[in-house]
Amino acid sequence: MTRFRLNRRNVLKGAGAGLVALSTPTIFTRGAWAQEFCNDPSKGKIIFGFNVPQTGSYAEEGLDELKGYELAVKHINGEGDGGMLKTLKPLALKGNGVLGRKVEYVTGDTQTNTDAARDGARRMIERDGAIMVTGSVTSGEAIAQQALCQEMGVIYMAGLTHSNDTTGKDKRRYGFRHFFNAYQSGVAIAPVLAKEYGTDRRAYHLTADYTWGWTQEESIKNATEALGWETVATVRTPLGLGDYSQYLTPVLNSGADVLILNHYGHDMVNSLPQAVQFGLRDRQANGKNFEIVVPMFSELMAVGAGEAVKGIIGTSNWQWSLEDEGTKAFTKSYGEAYGVPPSQAAHTGYVQTLLYADAVERAGTFYPPEVIKALEGFEFDGAGNGPTLYRDTDHQCFKEVLVVRGNENPTNRFDVLNVIGATSREEVTYDPSIFGGELGPYEPNKC
Amino acid sequence: MLSLSRKDLVSLVVFAAVVLTMPIWLSPFGAAYPGLMQKFAIYAIFAIGFNILFGLTGYLSFGHAAFLGVGSYTTVWSFKLLTMDILPAMVFAVIVAGVFALVIGYFSLRRTGIYFSILTLAFAQMSYSLAYSVLTPITNGETGLLLARGDPRYVDQIFGAQMNLAGLPQPTLIGNALGGYGGFYLCAVLLILCFYVSQKIFASPFGLALRGIKSNQTRMNYTGFNTKPYTLAAFVISGMFAGLAGALLSITDPLAGAERMKWTESGNVVLMTILGGVGTLFGPVVGAWLIKYFENIFSAINTNMLNSFLSFLPDGVQSFFVTVLSKFVGEGWHLTLGLLFVLIVVFLPGGIVEGVQRLVARFRGGGQRGKATSPQPAE
Repeated sequence: MTRFRLNRRNVLKGAGAGLVALSTPTIFTRGAWAQEFCNDPSKGKIIFGFNVPQTGSYAEEGLDELKGYELAVKHINGEGDGGMLKTLKPLALKGNGVLGRKVEYVTGDTQTNTDAARDGARRMIERDGAIMVTGSVTSGEAIAQQALCQEMGVIYMAGLTHSNDTTGKDKRRYGFRHFFNAYQSGVAIAPVLAKEYGTDRRAYHLTADYTWGWTQEESIKNATEALGWETVATVRTPLGLGDYSQYLTPVLNSGADVLILNHYGHDMVNSLPQAVQFGLRDRQANGKNFEIVVPMFSELMAVGAGEAVKGIIGTSNWQWSLEDEGTKAFTKSYGEAYGVPPSQAAHTGYVQTLLYADAVERAGTFYPPEVIKALEGFEFDGAGNGPTLYRDTDHQCFKEVLVVRGNENPTNRFDVLNVIGATSREEVTYDPSIFGGELGPYEPNKC
Repeated sequence: MLSLSRKDLVSLVVFAAVVLTMPIWLSPFGAAYPGLMQKFAIYAIFAIGFNILFGLTGYLSFGHAAFLGVGSYTTVWSFKLLTMDILPAMVFAVIVAGVFALVIGYFSLRRTGIYFSILTLAFAQMSYSLAYSVLTPITNGETGLLLARGDPRYVDQIFGAQMNLAGLPQPTLIGNALGGYGGFYLCAVLLILCFYVSQKIFASPFGLALRGIKSNQTRMNYTGFNTKPYTLAAFVISGMFAGLAGALLSITDPLAGAERMKWTESGNVVLMTILGGVGTLFGPVVGAWLIKYFENIFSAINTNMLNSFLSFLPDGVQSFFVTVLSKFVGEGWHLTLGLLFVLIVVFLPGGIVEGVQRLVARFRGGGQRGKATSPQPAE
């Protein structure tokens, strides 16, 4: 009996192996030609993948970023009023798609979760045939997707990500970031803090416990300690916490006179109002007024935090109320399309999509190494941040950094932040070697 | 020892054929890409393992994701410290997850029913918090544990393995790199093996003892049968399955994140098993596939796609349908899944497998409908 069964199993094994052989697609025979690369659009449609959190703690920013992406595709395809296509210089895009063909897009929900973000990006690359993937609201998502895209040989244009690691320790040849980073926030905010609050302060950090929080805490700590401030304590808080009272109580008796909240999105929308309700800002400590600083600010967060943001100082990548041509053009077309002013998440997503499309147009091909070379060292203007450089050594954009303050007398619901200073591009430029990391090769993998 | 009954053998053959031909039959559903098919196979292993505990003994563990996470972290550490070969990584992941399950099981299994569920949930949340913040040197917190080019990989060094100098090293199976489809077939073969193991357990005296525990533990105890070692063994086995699934997650995508241990993941595997059919062989697999399909495909449908699907309708009707349907796809995929879950639990308590059985019975039985509702064994 046993013999007979074993034989049958062998037959089964054979059948299984046959099935494997049959169902193995032609993937192994592909890639015999030079310049063969993942999802070459010359054989099909031009697909961009927009992978943003639509659920989870950063959903609000993610949905706004998605609107920016959708607007960018419209403008690239020549629909709508063209937006920044009229102000961006130099620009090779003609408003008739990319290389004369219309762009399409697919969307995904990263659920503010790195696993889901990678699943989404893989779906876009493997099933939908995306030639470029973009979108993130946390640095965790950005770094995870960037690493994946490098492996697959697909360019990743990071969305909102502020950690130093994205273009530092974890930088990749296939990843690009337009958004500013925590180091630049530190450099930009320090002189303003010195002017407003003096050089003799004791700071207490509450930090979101992941890559972005860690690097921002480090950058702000270094920048403020260089001013002569003392750091009393740095406390890590888990992401997505609703109630911060257990973390706020120790601040009262710590001897600190400044609370620095390294929180973003929903976390900051919770922690800042709670800190204000705790009466921290009405307190006196060490003979000075107690102050709260939120180094990284966005208007969506400011709207969410309501009254509590009044007078709070922070930095921002971009602000819709700026007076330059690029900002005006973008704010106008976004406002017409969605009825509200755009957030910095929408702005960075919009600009990243245009920059990628423009680089393809300039390179004359979708072949990733050529597109990467077109983006590396690219100098442009008219995207709302003044003259900007995409640095070749770490794929970080260098441009002005805005210092903002919560508006004391808002005239409307969206008028929540005032720009109180801009730190020049020269001042926020740093040596890429301080963060280490390696970009890796140009040659694409064949996915 | 390795033999199966004729019926089980047929199921195994059918199952193997279905799994291995996934790239063919999934393509009309838009799911035939390696990334998702790997997830299908991996989560099916996870659910099969969970079913050995929940389906056979009736102990509802709400903390199974902890073992998944432990398996993932072990695998990535094996990649970082030892070698990029996946075999040691898988072995270590299964062992470590098993030991972890032994510890948690030893304490949790002192209680039954809801108390057991709460205990496992508490342990899992503890592990999650540890991975998320306290143990960040080991787990790298929210960012997740990633490979780096500078990792030591001592075993690879001893054998002088030539790592490709450009980019990150890739996991290999005895020197062969695993691509997208390679990774899928690895997971598929392991899934078939796991299915076979689960069949053996279901058919064994051990499985019978577990079923006895499910129907009446007290009675089992009164007959002089010590149930403790049996439940603990079932718990450890299912923890090892979860460890294997976690290892495969990290093999197909070398990254381990704390959110794999979150309670929502534990809840997911409960959903998968119930949706498919608790205590059946196929049920957990079907449930796992369904949920992963919803998560990956439904969440990606946006209004543009709906518009093009429904473009045959007149304008007003089209926009109405798009507005209504868009609430159920994209960011609203949880809603669809929730509705489906409610419907299945209310109308088909035995899950999808029960639904299929009823259909088959109706086809076969023709007029004699009473047979479909034949008396169930008391539980």
